Amino acid sequence: MFDFAKVTNWIDALLLSFLPGWAATLVECVLVALAIITLYAVFAIILIYMERKICAFFQCRLGPNRVGKWGSIQVLADVLKMLTKEIIDMKNVDRLLHKMAPFLVIVASMLTFACLPWNKGAEVLDFNIGIFFFLAAGSIGVVGILLAGWSSNNKYALIGAMRSGAQIISYEVSIGLVMLTMIVLTGTMSFSEICQQQADLGWNIFRGHVPAVLAFIIYLIAGNAECNRGPFDMPEAESELTAGYHVEYSGMHFGFYYLAEYLNLFICAGIASTIFLGGWAPFHVPGLDGFNHVMDYIPGAVWMVGKTFFVVFLLMWIRWTFPRLRIDQLLALEWKYLMPMSLVLLVLMAICVSLGLTL
Amino acid sequence: MTLDNIKTLEPSQLRAEMQGLKAKGFDYLSNLIGMDWGEEGGLGVVYCVENTATHEQAWLKTASTDREQPVLPTVSDLWDIANIYEREAYDFYGIIFAGHPDMRRIFLREDWVGYPMRKDDKPEEQNPLRMTNEPLADDTTQYDVQADGTVTTKKNVVFGPDDYVVNIGPQHPSTHGVLHFRVALDGEIIRKIDPVLGYIHRGVEKLNESYTYPQTLALTDRLDYLAAMQSRHALCMCIEKAMEIEVSERVQVVRTILDELQRIDSHILFFSCLCQDMGATTAFLYGFRDREKILDIFEETCGGRLIINYNTIGGLMADIHPNFQKRVKEFIPYMRKNIKEYHALFTGNVIFQNRSKGIGPLTKEQAISFGCTGGTGRAAGWANDVRKNHPYAAYDKVDFNQVLRESGDSFDRYMIRLDEILESLNIIEQLVDNIPEGNYKEKTKPIIKVPEGTYYQAVESSRGEFGVFLESKGDKSPYRLHYRSTGLPLVAAMHTACKGFKIADLVTIGGTMDYIVPDIDR
Amino acid sequence: MEVKKRAKIKSFPYEDFKDNETYEKLVQELNANGANVIVTQLDNLIDWGRSNSLWPLTFATSCCGIEFMAVCAARYDIARFGFEVTRNSPRQADVILVSGTITTKMAPVLKRLYDQMADPKYVVAVGGCAISGGPFTKSYHVLKGVDKIIPVDVYVPGCPPRPESFLYGMMQLQRKVKVEQFFGTTNKKQKEPKE
Repeated sequence: MFDFAKVTNWIDALLLSFLPGWAATLVECVLVALAIITLYAVFAIILIYMERKICAFFQCRLGPNRVGKWGSIQVLADVLKMLTKEIIDMKNVDRLLHKMAPFLVIVASMLTFACLPWNKGAEVLDFNIGIFFFLAAGSIGVVGILLAGWSSNNKYALIGAMRSGAQIISYEVSIGLVMLTMIVLTGTMSFSEICQQQADLGWNIFRGHVPAVLAFIIYLIAGNAECNRGPFDMPEAESELTAGYHVEYSGMHFGFYYLAEYLNLFICAGIASTIFLGGWAPFHVPGLDGFNHVMDYIPGAVWMVGKTFFVVFLLMWIRWTFPRLRIDQLLALEWKYLMPMSLVLLVLMAICVSLGLTL
Repeated sequence: MTLDNIKTLEPSQLRAEMQGLKAKGFDYLSNLIGMDWGEEGGLGVVYCVENTATHEQAWLKTASTDREQPVLPTVSDLWDIANIYEREAYDFYGIIFAGHPDMRRIFLREDWVGYPMRKDDKPEEQNPLRMTNEPLADDTTQYDVQADGTVTTKKNVVFGPDDYVVNIGPQHPSTHGVLHFRVALDGEIIRKIDPVLGYIHRGVEKLNESYTYPQTLALTDRLDYLAAMQSRHALCMCIEKAMEIEVSERVQVVRTILDELQRIDSHILFFSCLCQDMGATTAFLYGFRDREKILDIFEETCGGRLIINYNTIGGLMADIHPNFQKRVKEFIPYMRKNIKEYHALFTGNVIFQNRSKGIGPLTKEQAISFGCTGGTGRAAGWANDVRKNHPYAAYDKVDFNQVLRESGDSFDRYMIRLDEILESLNIIEQLVDNIPEGNYKEKTKPIIKVPEGTYYQAVESSRGEFGVFLESKGDKSPYRLHYRSTGLPLVAAMHTACKGFKIADLVTIGGTMDYIVPDIDR
Repeated sequence: MEVKKRAKIKSFPYEDFKDNETYEKLVQELNANGANVIVTQLDNLIDWGRSNSLWPLTFATSCCGIEFMAVCAARYDIARFGFEVTRNSPRQADVILVSGTITTKMAPVLKRLYDQMADPKYVVAVGGCAISGGPFTKSYHVLKGVDKIIPVDVYVPGCPPRPESFLYGMMQLQRKVKVEQFFGTTNKKQKEPKE
């Protein structure tokens, strides 16, 4: 496997050769931040295009096909439009909070985005409590949503925000528990170590067999709910609340919510592929050395992104198939079914690990 | 049918007579029509009550000659639907119903001056375009007649200061048009719904009074645009009966087939929009894919897709297209197959079942009292199909079932419509091979004058009983042409159906009620 | 003055549009001031973005609304142009398709919706009712044309217009957007309602 740390070390050495230590760190920080922001934007554009094409495909339509080849630069046009659209200043809103809310959402989304391990040695935020940090940073997003609903001075937005608050906080319980289940298996909270372990020992979903597969399913459901996507798109619930918490936002402020929605989907899928599907670890079949060797030639980043897009596709499939739940059913699903199940899974996994029943 | 036996009552006798009728089983108030019979006849109301067991109809009328403050007794305590009908009569004619708890305008703005449907009113002069936001009062007036004959007023509260009122509409994606509900919420739970109508009130009934008969036909298509065939069929039939024109067998059969195609079209759209409202966007597009097939058939024969303008007084605009039978026969198996797909895709879905079963039930009694005809009434077990009860066109020659269900909840209302698609396909299948030869149009005079009298004709439109009430003075335009809206009773029943359910259920209930707003507002 | 800027619409030749004279007049008015090359290029870029991303507001009052749904559906598929992102909040929409009769009771609501939209915003009057009152023009409760209260960019006649004419109308709007100037005196040509 190619270790991306070689590249980063080389850049580090290069900068240190003519800059003092603090300046080198500063330049590196700026470079990394630029890389993250660029990747963020690029993935958002790819995801939006993908969603529109996939949804068209499910609905026997063509989807965007007039702007660029196969409509491929459609989203760029949308971005340009959004950037030059007016941001409306309204009376009777809480100005500060109203303007701050979209930034909170995008900051939370970018922080969690930075947690993803792209390749061996290419983790941006990686420390021994990585998963813990991920959960904490992800929770900032809900503050942005709540503030948006509250500060808009709009009843639809308020109801949307309250729903969102209830929904995200509830589903975080499941996500936390499911992640804990996997931590029991891996014994570490650091994303890089989780990936390394899976590269050495096999993907977690195979190692943890039954409890891991169940945990993966629960994670997909809860993660979908975390991203506010159908069938859990209650906070936006177009047909009930018009646009939910961001009903009063226009221009790029709305664009931030729109971007964050898609990136959260990507992040959710990315974490799923990291902790269940091996992250950048290639697919290995024990015993088939030739096959494994070929798999090793595919770069880690390709594995990571490929797996993530596979999960994204699954989630989009779900979104375009199911009708929306109602808020009480949604909460009942979490508190009555998913949470007890994930508690049981946690115990089950602990038993499996302590008895050495993992593969 | 010709109404030559309308019983005329003094306002003072009305309530006793109505109570008597109600006790005799006349439990369905199908029409309550405001009228202006000029200075001598006064302002009055025509009532039509129907016995739901025997389908016998009783027509009554009453009037007050006082044009300043015409007061008539209310019947809103006998039939729930009278509440909204009487508000309509108040809105258009200024007739005050003593004892009615909620005498507010319903279609026009609250600051509207005058009563537009009165013959001597000049609405345009008194009402310039007001661009201010409409004031919506939170309280309402009740008028009571005391023993000594004086009229007293009393304030009733619609929404109190503690109610958290959310406006759903007039611009809202799931109200199916420009309907406005003021909803009092308790958290997510609905406590009260107050419909505010008239955002698409186009004054069709008033326009009719200045149009010639062929001109009035054009407006029926635009009332309930998903029942364009049937509405126009009703008006044509009403005028034909009044003028004693016999249309040929061929016309009868073609009209029946097209009515049924229109019904399928409407029910597919119902399915699509319900799915869309509940968040299943993909099913919406599947429905529209199939709907285009029907529109193709319409387009070939009639030339239009949505507004069809096909029926005319004395027959049809043109003969059917040579391809018509072939296309229809291709469509029948195609649609049967796709209904299975709808069930597989959406009906069986556990989320949909949870969101619709037991949601927004209307009992049979409530459905009758609110006059909720069509699928909504049949879902509650009320056999109200006009095609069975008062057969017209070729419906007495075909064999079909009236689909009935028991519980009257959203799921039943949904299933009724899908089952009716199959029934309609059966009807079409029986007729399409046996279209008799004959004229597609009878000769009529160049200027159509309907003989003096009162006429009524009902048809089963896509969403219930659509009635045409025509009063003629022998002129070339009608004296009064009233349409029984299929959607107005459904909107009136929304409060009863939605109370205690969640705001998300409002969308489900509204979707399964299946109303079309231009038809409500007329 | 010669018309410098001519909007191109993909797979629809310029000559096939029916109203090129009116259009060229409009282009002349819009571009009378002229601008330097760099600004023009930037303008073109922004106009390209805007014209290809006209998100409609879900607004339908009557029959034309059903045809609008048909345009969004599989056979006509407005998504090909990138217009399928219908927004329910006026703040996020770019174009309001006034489809259906506007009554005097609805008029203040429509005006308010228009005011709530963020610039740049466009109005398409769809169907006879929105253009002039249509079959209801004699009614006491119908607004005789939405251009009396809000400025209209494109009129799509029909009762209701066929989906093809919807798309044609949207392409006309694209052409109009493509010649606007972003940099310069005004953001876009100020339109005033007729009365």
